[in-house]
Amino acid sequence: MSILVDRNTRLVVQGLTGREGMFHAAQMIEYGTNIVAGVTPGKGGQQVLGVPIFNTVAEARAATACNASIIYVPARFAPDAILEAADAGIELIVCITEGIPVLDMIAVRAHLERLPTRLIGPNCPGVITPGEAKVGIMPGRIHKPGPVGIVSRSGTLTYEAVAALSEMDIGQSTVVGIGGDPIIGSRFVDILALFQQDPATKAIVLIGEIGGNDEELAAEYIRWHVTKPVVAFIAGQTAPPGKRMGHAGAIISGGKGTAADKIKALEAVGVPVAHHPGEIAELIAQRL
Amino acid sequence: MKLHEYQAKRIFAQYGIPIPRGEVATSPTQARDIAQRLGKPVVIKAQVLVGGRGKAGGIRLARTPDEAEEKADAILGMNLKGFTVRRVLVDEASDIRKEIYLGLVIDRARARVVMMASAEGGVDIEEVAATKPEAIKTVVVEPALGLRSYQAIGLASAIGLPQEHFRLFQQIAQGLYEAFIRCDAELAEINPLVIQGDGTLLALDGKMVLDDNALFRHPDLEEMRDLDEEAPAETEARINGLSYVKLDGEIGCMVNGAGLAMATMDIVKHYGGAPANFLDIGGGARAEKVAAALRIILSDPNVKAVLFNIFGGITRCDEVARGILAALEQVPTRVPMVARLVGTNEEEGRAILAEAHMATARTLAEAAQKAVAAARGDWPLEVVR
Repeated sequence: MSILVDRNTRLVVQGLTGREGMFHAAQMIEYGTNIVAGVTPGKGGQQVLGVPIFNTVAEARAATACNASIIYVPARFAPDAILEAADAGIELIVCITEGIPVLDMIAVRAHLERLPTRLIGPNCPGVITPGEAKVGIMPGRIHKPGPVGIVSRSGTLTYEAVAALSEMDIGQSTVVGIGGDPIIGSRFVDILALFQQDPATKAIVLIGEIGGNDEELAAEYIRWHVTKPVVAFIAGQTAPPGKRMGHAGAIISGGKGTAADKIKALEAVGVPVAHHPGEIAELIAQRL
Repeated sequence: MKLHEYQAKRIFAQYGIPIPRGEVATSPTQARDIAQRLGKPVVIKAQVLVGGRGKAGGIRLARTPDEAEEKADAILGMNLKGFTVRRVLVDEASDIRKEIYLGLVIDRARARVVMMASAEGGVDIEEVAATKPEAIKTVVVEPALGLRSYQAIGLASAIGLPQEHFRLFQQIAQGLYEAFIRCDAELAEINPLVIQGDGTLLALDGKMVLDDNALFRHPDLEEMRDLDEEAPAETEARINGLSYVKLDGEIGCMVNGAGLAMATMDIVKHYGGAPANFLDIGGGARAEKVAAALRIILSDPNVKAVLFNIFGGITRCDEVARGILAALEQVPTRVPMVARLVGTNEEEGRAILAEAHMATARTLAEAAQKAVAAARGDWPLEVVR
């Protein structure tokens, strides 16, 4: 078991014919992900990497029964790509694209709230269930199948935590990068709920950062709804207020969204917070 | 991207929001001429991108053109919280009876734009939020519907605004929403919005922060960027597509990924050092970009050691290593460096750096400890370049 993606995932890649899309599609195929279709308007009928290309997601869905989509299109076209996949009835959309205007994402979110589709991202590394399916841009080889579910706002910081766990021979059930933007499709609480229900997940790692209050909401959720052990790390303890730290969502504004507040909220509900990324694996090992 | 007060108010005026008559001056004599033309007492306001200008002495009343020149002379060139004042706004003074607050922000938890209003205007709204949260009233805007009249009037009524001002308040609230949406803002504030003796409303101060990710569709707004308010290193970083924030410490950091870059700064602090900067080279950075990043780090005279932390996924360690060598050829330095390169092509990367006599580390903790020691000067001489 796992969450979001597995052997039954039938993936459509939006933007497969682009430079990024093609590079990562090849990597996903190599990992064993079942890519059944690609979508690029105006390139329907071609075959790329042995995958049939369609003009629209709806056509790809009708022909291949794809049930998940990954989006690699540039920021100015990505909101449309998300809406197109959602309107075609795709159950899971993973949007890798960075730099989508925030007002565009507000409009997209408002539409998605009326549909059963789940969106992961944007501005995220994607989702991987080790040994089954990789729907993202993370280096597949650092992962190992196992009992730890990881949910994170960051990319490379997550790889760091995964590599440390794998080195201690502790595998992962599913690793979910929810993205570093202020408006994202799925937040910590959404993914925590899935990990809590997943029998294969025995412990959870939550990797947060400065900005917003998703970590505080996660702490409140853990307090009432999560019985599995949770370990956290929060990046940005030395970040100055009012400065955006790379991610659009990583900013302390009006004194809110500091690492100290988030650490306090998590520790208050019994979640140990690692002092540095290397400590995450040690804390998990003690709890398995 | 933050706009100056005068820029924000000019935008507000385009959306039907009344603002005081006024002009920008860069010299005391210009300020005098503007005051002369306005023919009324004026307020001289420093145009810098920081809050709390009034308390810091950057806003002063002048009754005559002579006084305007004198006050402008005092304000121009002054240092306000690290920013040098290069311009002042000379606005006609107004007859203030009451100050209210009106603002639009992005509510991340709700994923909506939210309008906030308060009868406690003219003060720091964050302070009101902390001490008297019940004084702030909000309405949530549905993107497809926009800010509706009933919502604006609901806010006016909730903050106890006298009824005779409802119509004008509604017009200003809807104008502010329109400006926010059309400019792709992430914050738009009128603080204070004042009720004058003659019963009219006026946006006395304005603040706008634009969404950097949306500037591609607003070339006209991009032109309003004030490069004087940006550290030169930050400008160079932006042009090179790097995310860089200067800090006060002595250990320069170059990292791929924003979260990992923050974690690297934190671990430097954890081991007793202080980070000189946040720097994310992004995913898949090529050698030229890495070289630009290192030049930017080394341009900071406080830097006593440099820490490279690269977790290669799409980013290739050999490419980063080549970039480091290229930069070192352009900018020779004696600053000690510690490299931790893991992931894609790490062996090739390490082999390239072996020629640079650079200290290496396997884990982030080890790298941070070595960098902190190097910055203190506790470093074996033979590995110093």
